[in-house]
Amino acid sequence: MKRYILSVLVQNNPGVLARVASLFGRRGYNIDSLTVSETNNPGISIITLTVTGDENILEQIIKQASKLEEVIKVHHIQEQHALSRELLLIKMKIDSETRTSLREISEIYEAKIVDLAPASMIIELTGTTQNIDAFLGIMKDFTIIEMCRTGVTALEKDSSKI
Amino acid sequence: MMLNGAQIVIEVLAEQGVDIIFGYPGGAVLNIYDELFDNQHRIRHILTSHEQGAAHAADGYSRATGKTGVVLATSGPGATNLVTGIATAFMDSIPMVAITGNVNTDSIGKDCFQEVYTVGITLPITKHNFVVRDVTKLADTLREAFRIAKTGRPGPVLVDIPKDITVARCEFYPQKTVEVENVYVPDDQQLNTVAEAINNSERPLLYYGGGVISSGAYKQILDLIKRGNIPAIHSVMGKGVMAYDDPMNLGMIGMHGSVAAMLAVKKTDLLIAVGARFSDRTANNGENFVNNAKIIQIDIDDCEINKNIPVDHSLIGDVKKVLESLLPKIETKKRTLWMEEIADIKKQDYTPTETEDKLKPHQIIEDMYQLCPEKLIVTTDVGQHQMWAAQYCKSKRPRSFLTSAGLGAMGFGYGAAIGAKLGCPDHTVVHITGDGSFHMNMNGVPTAVTYKLPIITIVLNNNALGMVRQLQKVYCKSRFSSTLLQKQTDYVKLADAFGALGFRVETPKEFKAALKEALKSNKSCIIECPIDCEEQVLPMMPAGATVEDIIIE
Repeated sequence: MKRYILSVLVQNNPGVLARVASLFGRRGYNIDSLTVSETNNPGISIITLTVTGDENILEQIIKQASKLEEVIKVHHIQEQHALSRELLLIKMKIDSETRTSLREISEIYEAKIVDLAPASMIIELTGTTQNIDAFLGIMKDFTIIEMCRTGVTALEKDSSKI
Repeated sequence: MMLNGAQIVIEVLAEQGVDIIFGYPGGAVLNIYDELFDNQHRIRHILTSHEQGAAHAADGYSRATGKTGVVLATSGPGATNLVTGIATAFMDSIPMVAITGNVNTDSIGKDCFQEVYTVGITLPITKHNFVVRDVTKLADTLREAFRIAKTGRPGPVLVDIPKDITVARCEFYPQKTVEVENVYVPDDQQLNTVAEAINNSERPLLYYGGGVISSGAYKQILDLIKRGNIPAIHSVMGKGVMAYDDPMNLGMIGMHGSVAAMLAVKKTDLLIAVGARFSDRTANNGENFVNNAKIIQIDIDDCEINKNIPVDHSLIGDVKKVLESLLPKIETKKRTLWMEEIADIKKQDYTPTETEDKLKPHQIIEDMYQLCPEKLIVTTDVGQHQMWAAQYCKSKRPRSFLTSAGLGAMGFGYGAAIGAKLGCPDHTVVHITGDGSFHMNMNGVPTAVTYKLPIITIVLNNNALGMVRQLQKVYCKSRFSSTLLQKQTDYVKLADAFGALGFRVETPKEFKAALKEALKSNKSCIIECPIDCEEQVLPMMPAGATVEDIIIE
């Protein structure tokens, strides 16, 4: 089982996300993360999703998704030639002791402390999935109040476009 | 010209060449029906007893004629009642356009009377669906629906029209319809690879399905068979492409397919799938379907390649066009050894026993074929009778055997018969059903009576849900849970009550006499044929089994 990143260009119509998501549910494919955003063309949105599976499942996902009327293109992003990023927001419980440690760790990971309250702080980190996973691994030694991450968004590095 | 939404619906339907639609009125489609009232001379509306029947009728119409079937229903329950019919068309790739009404756009989401989220419900069972929220987009959306239904792999498309859109007015610009053509054909190199594989094969076997019928590739398939001396098997959807008595026709493959077809699959060294999708009921032992044979798949839908069975080569495109390009590359071959083997395989086919005094399913169907005119369309419901019909119907033409193959929807047959008869009025239409399936949608009979459609229903009555009962016999140690039907239905009285003609027969002789009378009567008829509930559909290949495990008694 491998993780694959897919960029799906779709017409920016109401309900288009439901169609893509429904396809995955219907065919029994597992979505690990999914992000939707506008592109430079207001008529077109881009859905970036990561899925876990094997080559056969990947082939089926790409073909089935390409068949949807409102899907313009499905592109399998080759991770070694691409930049992929996720954003993490995490709210940590703090006291006088942990505050300093968390600040130091954040500095090492180039994470930003974006909010500070008497008993908590919110840290923001942008990075690859691995990066964020590593950072979270350390955060688990402290008390996490709540957190959320955006899921992967990715672009290939060369000057072509999907 | 300025038109309201309801008028636009009518204009686009007429523009698309639609002269008949099936449906059921209601509040949300009030305005569309009001326009239909004025346009009866252009578009005939067939009122069924239930929306499901209307959807099956549109489907049957499409299967029999090749044209896109159209069904119209109101919001809420009207739309939900269509669901089985739409799913049936979706599974069997039948072009259909379903139009549903809905509540006013500003009321959507407020749980109004008869409001459901139709587009959400039908999303996974349509090729595509639309909600029209702006009357200026209505005409093009409907045109798009017809285009999508027919393009590529056909299928159902739904257009949901809120009531206020049917009232709102805008300028309407008529358009000529353009025939959609599927132009993509594989390149020469791909064709050469496949042709070479076929030419080098000693024991090639063709396996075709419904795709051959949708694309109209009948001649091309027969050419391929003749040129290469390639015997053929087919899925239930492919029935009728070859005449049943063609020596190269080894019959249907699958759970209740012919022994010859199953043996041929085991012996072939190259299986050529054309417009068929290796469904689980066909290739019911999955990847062990063939013995070390190479597989070629020709299909219009890229998704079918490697979906159920991994294949060695594939050609994507309309199968008619692909075969046309492939045929000149196929060498004429005798394949004498293979032909001898095939002749031997054919001898091993299962033959049921005949009787004089008792009604046997295969005899009923064979007698029916003998007595009915050449121009015959058979529709079925789902269960044992469906498989008997598939096994023994001597179909000679495509589009003459209509069955819910993929979805397996009991209750499909009567609606489909109505659609088929209206689409092909010069054909005799026989609906073969079981007592279980018949009770599901017998409300089709009054529709046929109303429109004076002489549909002949043959009920194989075994007082049981025979197919499930058969499964219980094999898999549940004959514990017949809820499969014995103790219905006291008097089919003759029932037919009479509906205004149809009813018969009950006990012997083959009586059956033939009743059928002759039914054919002569030019009325909707029901012929009840009591059969033994111990009758099994044979042969039977249990799921996951191989040809050695085939059940023949």
